[in-house]
Amino acid sequence: MSPALPSRDPAPPDGALSQLALASLTQRDFGVYLHVPFCAARCGYCDFNTYTPSELGGLDIDSYLKSMVREIACASRVLAGQAPAVRTVFVGGGTPTMLGSDQLAQLVAAVEKEFGFADDVEITTEANPESVDETSLRQLRAAGFNRISLGMQSARASVLAMLERKHRPGRALAAVAEARNAGFEHINLDLIYGAAAETEDDWLASLDAVTGAGVDHVSAYALIVEDGTALARKVARGQVAAPDDDVLADRYLLAEDKLTGAGMQWYEVSNWAMSDAARCRHNELYWRGQNWWGFGPGAHSHVGGVRWWNVKHPRRYSALLADGSSPAAGRETLSEIDQRLEEIMLGMRMRQGLPLSRVGSAAPQLMADGLLDPTAFAEGRAALTLRGRLLADSVIRDLS
Amino acid sequence: MRAQYLDRMDIERERGITIKSQAVRMPWTKDGQPHILNMIDTPGHVDFTYEVSRSLAACEGAVLLVDAAQGIEAQTLANLYLALENDLTIIPVLNKIDLPAAQPDTYAEELAHLIGCEPSDCLRVSGKTGAGVEELLDEIVRQIPPPTGQAEAPARAMIFDSVYDTYRGVVTYIRVIDGQLTGREKILMMSTGATHELLELGVISPEPVPAKALGVGEVGYLITGVKDVRQSKVGDTVTNQARPASKALAGYADAKPMVFSGLYPLDGSDYPELREALDKLLLNDAALVYEPESSAALGFGFRVGFLGLLHLEIIRERLEREFGLDLIATAPNVVYRVVMEDGTEHTVTNPSEFPTGKISEVHEPIVRATILTPTDFTGAIMDLCQTRRGTLLGMDYLSEDRVELRYTLPLAEIIFDFFDQLKSRTKGYASLDYETTGEQVSDLVKVDILLQGETVDAFSAITHKDKAYSYGTSMAEKLRKLIPRQQFEVPIQAAIGSRIIARENIRAIRKDVLAKCYGGDISRKRKLLEKQKEGKKRMKMVGRVEVPQEAFIAALSTGDESPGKK
Repeated sequence: MSPALPSRDPAPPDGALSQLALASLTQRDFGVYLHVPFCAARCGYCDFNTYTPSELGGLDIDSYLKSMVREIACASRVLAGQAPAVRTVFVGGGTPTMLGSDQLAQLVAAVEKEFGFADDVEITTEANPESVDETSLRQLRAAGFNRISLGMQSARASVLAMLERKHRPGRALAAVAEARNAGFEHINLDLIYGAAAETEDDWLASLDAVTGAGVDHVSAYALIVEDGTALARKVARGQVAAPDDDVLADRYLLAEDKLTGAGMQWYEVSNWAMSDAARCRHNELYWRGQNWWGFGPGAHSHVGGVRWWNVKHPRRYSALLADGSSPAAGRETLSEIDQRLEEIMLGMRMRQGLPLSRVGSAAPQLMADGLLDPTAFAEGRAALTLRGRLLADSVIRDLS
Repeated sequence: MRAQYLDRMDIERERGITIKSQAVRMPWTKDGQPHILNMIDTPGHVDFTYEVSRSLAACEGAVLLVDAAQGIEAQTLANLYLALENDLTIIPVLNKIDLPAAQPDTYAEELAHLIGCEPSDCLRVSGKTGAGVEELLDEIVRQIPPPTGQAEAPARAMIFDSVYDTYRGVVTYIRVIDGQLTGREKILMMSTGATHELLELGVISPEPVPAKALGVGEVGYLITGVKDVRQSKVGDTVTNQARPASKALAGYADAKPMVFSGLYPLDGSDYPELREALDKLLLNDAALVYEPESSAALGFGFRVGFLGLLHLEIIRERLEREFGLDLIATAPNVVYRVVMEDGTEHTVTNPSEFPTGKISEVHEPIVRATILTPTDFTGAIMDLCQTRRGTLLGMDYLSEDRVELRYTLPLAEIIFDFFDQLKSRTKGYASLDYETTGEQVSDLVKVDILLQGETVDAFSAITHKDKAYSYGTSMAEKLRKLIPRQQFEVPIQAAIGSRIIARENIRAIRKDVLAKCYGGDISRKRKLLEKQKEGKKRMKMVGRVEVPQEAFIAALSTGDESPGKK
């Protein structure tokens, strides 16, 4: 979740949505995000809305769970039975596996009870490799989770240390094997590249590790120095070098090369999958402007052109729900122009891109510059080339 | 009484300099005999020499003030010569004798040597403590001849300054040469033939005090209700409409702008404000000239002509301070006269207007520079002048350890950082003055800076052929550092005509993509995108290259890479 919440309109205390927004429920897919704002320790680069036990000021996990269930009930009231069956559930954090498997199961069950699940529902949880074992993974699988995303980050101890990750390099791969044994159909490994201590050799080792692990999905993210993080302070003080864009570009090209070589295909600038079925449908739902409700402190939601976000601190979140109020801190109603901008901003990052009719007149020039794919262009679509992926933001600025 | 009484502008008071002449009248009694002294405080800096010469033309004598801690400066010489040209009685005075560093004996010798008097003839005063001031005033009464005009003749008064006052309109400063001006009569401006009602007549003593009449020799002011200083032209003769003089006094030559620079508002929408501000400054500054110009890189602005660099600096500072404008100024340049092979001529005040085609000769203004320095620095100064294409005209020792160097130098070489260089090479001891003495034919070329093959007009410069290369390479390198990487490689070239003399490349940007954009990021990222798109709109386009305005400002603002530097 983003560190600084946008501020626009105040959200109504009951969380009510307009008829117009509600009308979109039957037109679009519906997903659920569940935010678990707990971590054992904060990593230096992380700006997510998460809290270590000492930062929670005595809030316990039970009251968090109780509040989550209250928000699920609140959502049910607001959506007034018009929400379709849930197609995707994604539990993110923080560290979801700071909760016990039974507690995660409880949350999923609460969602299913209120909204029902589609037959092909995708239920994902993020997990830190060190916080799961074969038993807990079996329990999760039994609770309905069918996809797991493991935060591996790197195969090298030196890089993990730099990122302040606690697990040992081999642990992520062991967790993959355990997850496969537990019956998970889809397994993702997250990688982060571009940390100051990372060499090209380190990065190749990480790529070799993930391609050898037999997972069907890899997310590879360039390290971002987010404002307000410990990493940003170190960079500002000159203790750590900021990631170099040219190095990041080289790393990205290596990732594309290795992952494609292992039979994967990119479907979003930072995501590769073995097959269409292996894509993360929950994330695709974000990128295609579908509806979702994000439960938990700081979680963002979107229904029919209305975006809102919850208060960030778990205590405040719990207090509002205990009072019978919506935990939303603010909301914005997207104008036509906003929606169009978002469509381009999100859609162009995906492999299929957008129909030319949805993007601006700069497309031919961008194709001539080698940033848009000529074949797709001939078929009436604006889609990024490999070089275009690396310059996606400037392509988006030109097209929007 | 406050300090720096006659330096009224903030800038004057802060910098401790005089920009505008100020007139003041004071009564003084010597040996029981009352006198009225009319005095004008003048600037010293070379840029304002025309102010000095106007004032001197209105006087019978001059008090030559020399700082007793610093001795004779180059501008002392310049102003002394102006006074001598006007046949004025000169009273040498060493001021600031109260300063611990004052060396009145040493400098009295220099001064005496210079004007051919005895060291004991140099008066010693302190404006701060008042020491010696009475003696000086007595000496003025004793030495300076009284005015010689004819009291009964038709009135003739010389306008030596006119300033715009927000409340009273134009206030015209005059010195009555012949006859008398009285209140409630109509006056006639002899050059324009315009007549005006006299609303107020007065003297400055030291604040304006209305007077019934001004007679021969008196300095004062008049107010007619005119709103435009150009109607009270400096150098014009004021006479009485009812009984006009038949012949005007010899006026002054108009001050000619020597240095030009483009002034552009940082925010393009401030252009009308800039125009208004210049119009207002013009009311007080007849030496200022400007005309609109536009630059592909900087938008709409004005090409402004100045008397010199200090004048430029002061106008710019006043525009920013008094009118709240943020400005970009292009590198200053002199006026070139370009003669083509077919005999046609072009006057170039903006390098981007340098003609193309077959050029026969380029003429540039030259100056006769006088540099006064402790002898230790003679070598350093000669080196500097050498690199600035100077020709030594001669040198004279003012005393055992101080020397006067005279050079002919192209004005273009002086208007960049010459003065700073001079000061830094002489630990601040050398002083400089110069006067324009004409022009010379030089081997000058225009260097263009091209971004991806497109000329960026704001960076074109006219330089000596031998310095074109260093200007080109340093500017190209500077721009490479300042312009952000684009989607494509951007060559930066420096060229003389079609010949490329320097080249740099801005490598294409290879990565410009956010790693993550998930559900909770969307609102924030959309706002970031909106902001970036706004920023993109403010970019200046040179062909397809997006250049942030800050890059232009940075490239123009530091004088390091100016053509004048070696």
